[in-house]
Amino acid sequence: MFGEEYDVIVVGGGHAGAEAAAAAANMGSKTLLVTMNLQTIGQMSCNPAMGGIAKGQIVREIDALGGYSGIITDKSAIQFKMLNKSKGPAMWSPRAQNDRMRFAEEWRLALERTPNVDFYQEMVGGLLIEKDKVVGVKTSLGIAIRSKAVVLTNGTFLNGLIHIGEKQFGGGRAGEKAATGITEQLLDLGFESGRMKTGTPPRVDGRSLDHSVMIPQPGDVVPEKFSYLDTPVLTTQRDCHMTHTSALVHDLLREGFDRSPMFNGRIKSIGPRYCPSIEDKINRFADKDSHQIFVEPEGWNTVEVYVNGFSTSLPEDVQYKALRSVKGFENVKFFRPGYAIEYDYFPPTQLKHTLETKLVQNLYFAGQINGTTGYEEAASQGLMAGINAHLKINEKEDFILQRDEAYIGVLIDDLITKGTEEPYRMFTSRAEYRTLLRQDNADLRLTPRSFEIGLAKENRLKRMEEKEKKSDAFVSFFRETSVRPEEINPILDSVNSALVKQSDKMFKVFSRPKVTMEHMLQLDAVSSFVDENNLDREVLEQAEIQVKYSGYIEKEKNNADKLLRLEGVKIPKNFDYSKLKSLSYEAREKLNSIQPVTIAQAARVSGVNPSDISVLLVYLGR
Amino acid sequence: MIPNDNIIALATPSGAGAIAVIRISGEKAIEIVAPFFQSAYGKDLTKKKSHTISLGHMVEGGKLLDEVLVSVFKGPNSYTGENVVEISCHGSPFIQQQLIQLFLRNGCRMAEAGEFTLRAFLNGKMDLSQAEAVADLIASDNAASHQIAMQQMRGGFSNEIKSLRQELLNFASLIELELDFSEEDVEFADRTQFKELLGRIRKVLKGLIDSFAVGNVIKNGIPVAIVGEPNVGKSTLLNAFLNEERALVSDIAGTTRDTIEDEISIGGIGFRFIDTAGIRETEDVVEGMGIKRTFEKIEQAQVVLLLVDGAKLRADSDKLKNIVVDFEKIKNRNPQKPLLLLVNKADTLTEKDKENIGGALSEVRYISAKSGEGVEDLQNKLLEFVNTGALRNNETIVTNTRHYNSLLKALEEIEKVQFGMEEGLSSDLMAIDVREALYHLGEITGQVTNDELLGNIFANFCIGK
Repeated sequence: MFGEEYDVIVVGGGHAGAEAAAAAANMGSKTLLVTMNLQTIGQMSCNPAMGGIAKGQIVREIDALGGYSGIITDKSAIQFKMLNKSKGPAMWSPRAQNDRMRFAEEWRLALERTPNVDFYQEMVGGLLIEKDKVVGVKTSLGIAIRSKAVVLTNGTFLNGLIHIGEKQFGGGRAGEKAATGITEQLLDLGFESGRMKTGTPPRVDGRSLDHSVMIPQPGDVVPEKFSYLDTPVLTTQRDCHMTHTSALVHDLLREGFDRSPMFNGRIKSIGPRYCPSIEDKINRFADKDSHQIFVEPEGWNTVEVYVNGFSTSLPEDVQYKALRSVKGFENVKFFRPGYAIEYDYFPPTQLKHTLETKLVQNLYFAGQINGTTGYEEAASQGLMAGINAHLKINEKEDFILQRDEAYIGVLIDDLITKGTEEPYRMFTSRAEYRTLLRQDNADLRLTPRSFEIGLAKENRLKRMEEKEKKSDAFVSFFRETSVRPEEINPILDSVNSALVKQSDKMFKVFSRPKVTMEHMLQLDAVSSFVDENNLDREVLEQAEIQVKYSGYIEKEKNNADKLLRLEGVKIPKNFDYSKLKSLSYEAREKLNSIQPVTIAQAARVSGVNPSDISVLLVYLGR
Repeated sequence: MIPNDNIIALATPSGAGAIAVIRISGEKAIEIVAPFFQSAYGKDLTKKKSHTISLGHMVEGGKLLDEVLVSVFKGPNSYTGENVVEISCHGSPFIQQQLIQLFLRNGCRMAEAGEFTLRAFLNGKMDLSQAEAVADLIASDNAASHQIAMQQMRGGFSNEIKSLRQELLNFASLIELELDFSEEDVEFADRTQFKELLGRIRKVLKGLIDSFAVGNVIKNGIPVAIVGEPNVGKSTLLNAFLNEERALVSDIAGTTRDTIEDEISIGGIGFRFIDTAGIRETEDVVEGMGIKRTFEKIEQAQVVLLLVDGAKLRADSDKLKNIVVDFEKIKNRNPQKPLLLLVNKADTLTEKDKENIGGALSEVRYISAKSGEGVEDLQNKLLEFVNTGALRNNETIVTNTRHYNSLLKALEEIEKVQFGMEEGLSSDLMAIDVREALYHLGEITGQVTNDELLGNIFANFCIGK
């Protein structure tokens, strides 16, 4: 059936797998996507939304690199919000609510339209390995499919175990079978594995809810979008709604705690602290008698509703009883209860920066198998694994993003350097230089790099170059053009900012906290410059950020350069740390196992403290 | 890995002395010395226990080099953490060189600057701030700077900074939490508490920064300018302080044409005496230049001593007027600076003479540099001028320029955060300044690694320490 050898086989068709297959194929690799169910490609297993704080930036980065997630999100969005708009631009975070079914459909269609992608539906039960190198996969039917590289994106399917109250059963998602065989083989090969846990809330019938007693959560009046390309902007949107739990709801939930797998010891693995189940919230914050619940529509037309904030693995009768006491949910009808799922992951410290495993060559891991959580985190890893698999088999240089280049760089470096004890989610605070890693400049940061390796297409690069050229010119215009007091003072007066006595450069006035682009556009010189040069919203935004935050951007750039100096101090391969007695015992152990490439990376290894780094620097400096 | 070759250096100052100590460190330190050491009691050096001293002779090829004491320290319980041998030999440069050359031929190499301490550091015998303090300790030449260095070696103010930094870090994480979870119902960081913390940090930083001026003079000595006409006995006065003949003393006026500095410890405080030419107008070009330089030195000094020859005052009444002019000249240029008028050679004056002089000049002190009369009083007066209050109260004093610079930068960032709070700056931007402040505070406490400072620390050692 499979006579020919593939370049890359991707196992799994979730966010990571789909991006991996698309990237490898778009770069020219003959790619096979093997999944247990071709109907669930691009499935949103949990909430019907993409983006959010730090995650939205990742989606923008994926798009800038030529991945599909941004495009698919735009095509299937039902609501768009730019979060944190009142804060500095590094915090602006795009988020979309999506039509779950259309999202998956768009993914399937996008992959079908991608040349070089073949599909096959079956469970992969093992890897073909020759001399520490992966050469293909073996399916549960016993079919061997050969390839030069394999990307594993198994999500929650590896020995997945679903819990609802005291009931438990094998499964990768509700109604889907778990995958077996791969973990066992990897353990035999010397890999270390662990268990993680995640959960999801009940899905209910929207017709049974009373939305009128809830607080509407509409999208932005002027919605933006994710992709830097020409994707549709929303003209109509669907509202979400907010309601709250109460002390009564909490009491009803507590009644089921003795049957909760979280509390009776059935679930031992660690779930994400940042995305706690409702029982976890009640347990940990006992003094709070109300928590937010977001009611999110699952699509344009479906009546199904996602109850965000009510993730739970309590018995279904307890879920039902408690949810009925939530305002607006008095007559709720369940589509299906919430559940928790435990699955195998492989501590990501076993990977290189390319996401290739240290133990088996040409084998790549991406997504929840690496201990992460979130569609965006998974998709970005898939993209990077797909790219690097293609580059490796073509004997080209690795594609690694640094921490000051992209959230994706922060994510991967954190994973392989620090590992993770709980499902890893991205936060802006994980990025040392978040002011540089904004959603508005992901294209400027990453598209040229992706074009260089042959992934981003020329039209994408052209758009980015056009945006860069125009915004640079606009910033120069503000630097060079003066404004007279009689022109600017009425504007300054209107925002209670000190008036100017003599002409000054526009840049200076524009830098004032209360002065915005809208104000500047009131000046004839500015508005005619915009008209003459045909500047669009993106260029205006880019120029505004570059003027208003130039001081902070400069500062972060300088700090990033400091970091770069330590990135430049390479540690010899197979360095034996055990002989450096002044390193703490923990540091010696950790450094020996992770074998960081540079001093900067060593500094980020958990358990390694600055005095250990001093020792290394002094030692290597001599 | 860690270099375990054997290094050697003279551990005592170079030059002649009663005894000198040669230090050897390395895996084979003991084996290298043993064949050349003949114990007075016939014991093999390699058989000696750690931390023992043996008397014997250093012998090479039957030729006796010196009678020595050899101390053996076995690693890891030694200064460097390696095997260490210290040879106390007689202090002639010739003998020192003979012994060092002997071991250089037999498996040792000369140690680089600071290499013994570097090895101690690499072998986990001391941490970085301790190593830094060792350098200061070695360089300290008076009780006060010694006390400060010791204080630093025990942790000094870094503990206080560490706990403030921790508080700031806690706040920074609350702000980060707010940012990353702004969509969820988290509790916001209490801004009033944050303001209070910033105020507290600022106060501590200011105090430490101000202490640098005090600390610096204590470390480097308090500069005292001695001003006087040629041959009034400046050099003799210095010698009286020093109790030894160091400055050149002659009866020919103008011998001390250039400025000479001498550091003398009085009451545990270092004073740097700057011997200057007088400020009397002169035709002599060379001396003219000296006068200009004298005023420069007065500028730099913390205390000025105007020294007058008592014998000449008695003989020449114009002299008295001139001195008044000189005194006023200096006073006018430096109104805040302590200025003492000293009449030297008081032993040649009668009480009558003193009455005359006292009539024209108030606040005058009589001394005799030659006999030592009044010198002790003068020393006490000098100590009074020094603000050693902080030191006596065991308050923290910053002497390290690196620490000082980090404190300045941290203060700048803290003030930016305070300003941002006032202006209602978005907290993600404020967080940038907070991160900077944390970074600079961390530089002081060693919680942040800075590759530049490492080089500096170990470059501060002279060889053999």
